[in-house]
Amino acid sequence: MAKIWVYAELNQGKLQPTALELMAKARELGDVEAVALGAGAKEAAAILGKHGAKVVYVNEDKAFDDFIAEPATDALAALYKAQSPDLILFGFTSDSRDVAGRLAARLDVGLISNAGDVDAKDGGFVASVPYFGGAKVASMRANKKPAIILIRPKSFEPSESGGTAEIKEVDAAIGADSKRAHIVERVVEASEKVKLEDAKVVISGGRGMGGPDNFPLLEALAGALGGAVGASRAVVDAGWVPYSMQVGQTGKSVRPGVYIAVGISGAMQHTVGMKASKIIIAINKDAEAPIMKMADLGVVGDALKIVPALTAAVKAKKG
Amino acid sequence: MVIIELFSSLTGGCLVKIVVTVKQVPDPNSSTVLEADNTLARDKEVVLDPGDECGVEEALQLKEAHGGEVVLVSMGPEPAKDAIRKGLSMGADRGVLISDAQLAGADALLTARVLAAAIKAEAPDMVICGTESYDGSTGMVPPMLAELLGMPQLTIAKKVEVDGSTIKVHRQTADGYQIVEAATPVLISVTAGIAEPRYASLKGIMAARSKEIKQIGLGDLGIEKGEPAETIEGLSQAETRKAGVIIQDDGTAVDQIIQVLVQAKVL
Ligand SMILES: Cc1cc2nc3c(=O)[nH]c(=O)nc-3n(C[C@H](O)[C@H](O)[C@H](O)COP(=O)(O)OP(=O)(O)OC[C@H]3O[C@@H](n4cnc5c(N)ncnc54)[C@H](O)[C@@H]3O)c2cc1C
Ligand SMILES: Nc1ncnc2c1ncn2[C@@H]1O[C@H](COP(=O)(O)O)[C@@H](O)[C@H]1O
Repeated sequence: MAKIWVYAELNQGKLQPTALELMAKARELGDVEAVALGAGAKEAAAILGKHGAKVVYVNEDKAFDDFIAEPATDALAALYKAQSPDLILFGFTSDSRDVAGRLAARLDVGLISNAGDVDAKDGGFVASVPYFGGAKVASMRANKKPAIILIRPKSFEPSESGGTAEIKEVDAAIGADSKRAHIVERVVEASEKVKLEDAKVVISGGRGMGGPDNFPLLEALAGALGGAVGASRAVVDAGWVPYSMQVGQTGKSVRPGVYIAVGISGAMQHTVGMKASKIIIAINKDAEAPIMKMADLGVVGDALKIVPALTAAVKAKKG
Repeated sequence: MVIIELFSSLTGGCLVKIVVTVKQVPDPNSSTVLEADNTLARDKEVVLDPGDECGVEEALQLKEAHGGEVVLVSMGPEPAKDAIRKGLSMGADRGVLISDAQLAGADALLTARVLAAAIKAEAPDMVICGTESYDGSTGMVPPMLAELLGMPQLTIAKKVEVDGSTIKVHRQTADGYQIVEAATPVLISVTAGIAEPRYASLKGIMAARSKEIKQIGLGDLGIEKGEPAETIEGLSQAETRKAGVIIQDDGTAVDQIIQVLVQAKVL
C-alpha cells in the first residue's frame, strides 16, 4: 500500500478546509497519514483521524505560525527522511504553496501544481492539470519520490470515515536560520456579512461594472437575495474591491446554487473558480463574451441598468 | 558604484542590487496555438508577462527611492530578449538571458535551478518575481528559487517598504493582509496590484537599445538538465458547461432572471 501524506494546513489554530478535502481523496490512494504544524495541531489531529488519518504527526511550535514557509519546510524535510511517504498532497493555497515549493526544491523532486484531481496508476500517481488556458486537461505523471502534488481547493467533498489517529509528537527540527520571514501583524479588512465560500447566491462584478462606485449596486442585490458579492481579478488588481472578494484560480473557489456574473468576460482563470455553480447567470454587454457560452441564462445588456431593476424586482417579489 | 553608494546614503536606502525575474509569455490578448507536441507555440505574439511587468515597475520605484541597480533575468528562447528589452526600456539597467535548446519545456524546478544559478552570480540584495506566470501559472518558481538561493521569501506582496536592510511587505491573505518582514537578501513575489507599470518613453526605448543583455547557456551555469519531475501522459478536452439561452435585454430580461431564481429556489 502506498503511503500518502496530507499536509494539514493550519491558520492561527484553525484547520483549513483543504485538509479534509485532501483526506477524502487520499483515502482512495493508500494508507493516509497527516502532518499538522503549529497552534491547534493536536486538536486538528483528532478531526483528521475521523477523516481517515491513521497517524498524525504534530508539533505546536510557535515558529510555524510566525514565520513563512521555512520552519514547516524544515519539519517536513526531516519527517520525510524518517518516514519516506510516496506522495505528499498539499492544497493549492497561498500558505501551502510557499511550503510545497521550498520542500520540492530542497528534496530536489519537483512537483505538480494546480491539479484538479489525482489517481494512483501503475504504481505511481497521475494528476489532472488544466492546460493550454484551461481548454484541455493534461494527465501528468509524477516521476520522483516523493511525488508532491498541489490540489485546488473545493476539488473534493470532505467526508468522515470514522477512526482515530495515532498522534505522534515529532521534533520541530527547525534550523537556526529558518526564522526569517516574520509575520509581525495580521490585518483583517473583510467584514463579510455572508461568507463568499458558503453563500447560496454569489453576485460577482467585473470591469464591466465601470468603477468601484457601482459595486454598491451589487451589494444591494446580494442583500435582497441573502447572497454575497464576489469579483474578478481585474477589479481587485485595480483596487476597486479587496482581494477577499476575488473568485478564480488565484482567488476563492465557490459553488453556490446561483452565480451571477456581472460585467465579467469569463476568462478561464475566473471560471475555474465558479464553474461548479449549479446555475450561472451572466449579464454582459457583449453577446460574444466567453461567459455567455457557459451561462444557463445570458442577458445581453447594460449591467448598470439591469442590476438595479433586478434588485427592485427581487424586493417586490419578496414583498 | 561610488555614486550609487553616495546616493543611497543620501536617501537612507540600502538596496544595491535588485534582480527581477521576467518571463516571456504568449500575449494574453491574442489567441495562441498548441503545437503537435503539446507545447505552446511561442514564435509569435509574445510579450513580457504582465505580472512581471508589475515586478519591474516595483523594482524601478524602489530604485528611484533608494538607489541601486535593476537587473532583469530571464530563461527562454532567444526571442525572450524582447521581453528583457521591454523592461530595459522602462528603465531597468541590464539583462541576462539563459537560453538553451535543452531547456525547451523545462518544468518549475529546472526553471528555478537555472534562474538560481544565474542570480547567484549577481549576488543581489533583493529578487522580485511575479506571483505566478501568465502561461505556466504554477506559482512555484518563487518559493523554489528562494530555497535554492537560501533566501527568505516574502510572497504575494501588494506593497513593499524598505527600512535599511529590513524589507517589509503587505502579504495578501484571504481576509486582508499580513505585515511580514525579513532582512536582505530576500526574495519577494508581487501581485499585479502592486504597481501600475509605466509606459516606456521614446527616450527609454532608445536608451534600451544600447543596454547590455548577456546571453548564456546551460554549460555556462554548470547545470545538468536531469530527469523531469513530471511527464504529460495524455491530453483531453476540458469539461465544459453547455451554453443555455442568451437573451437581449428587451425589457423582459429582469422577469426571466427572476424566473430562474425562483426555479433555483433562492427566491
Ligand atoms: C495567472 C493568472 C491568474 C488569474 N487569476 C484570476 C482569478 O483568480 N480570478 C479572475 O477573475 N481572474 C484571474 N485572472 C485574470 C483573468 O485572466 C482576466 O483577466 C480577468 O478575469 C478579467 O476580468 P473581467 O472579466 O472583470 O474584465 P474584462 O475581461 O475586461 O471583462 C469585462 C467585461 O465586462 C463587459 N461590460 C463592459 N461594460 C459593461 C456594462 N455596462 N454592462 C455589462 N457588461 C459590461 C465587457 O463586455 C466584458 O466582457 C488571472 C490571470 C492570470 C494570468
Ligand atoms: N522562464 C522564466 N524566466 C524568468 N522568470 C520566470 C520564468 N518562469 C517563471 N519565472 C518567474 O516566476 C514567476 C512565477 O512563475 P510560475 O512559477 O511559472 O507561475 C513569474 O512571474 C516569473 O517572475
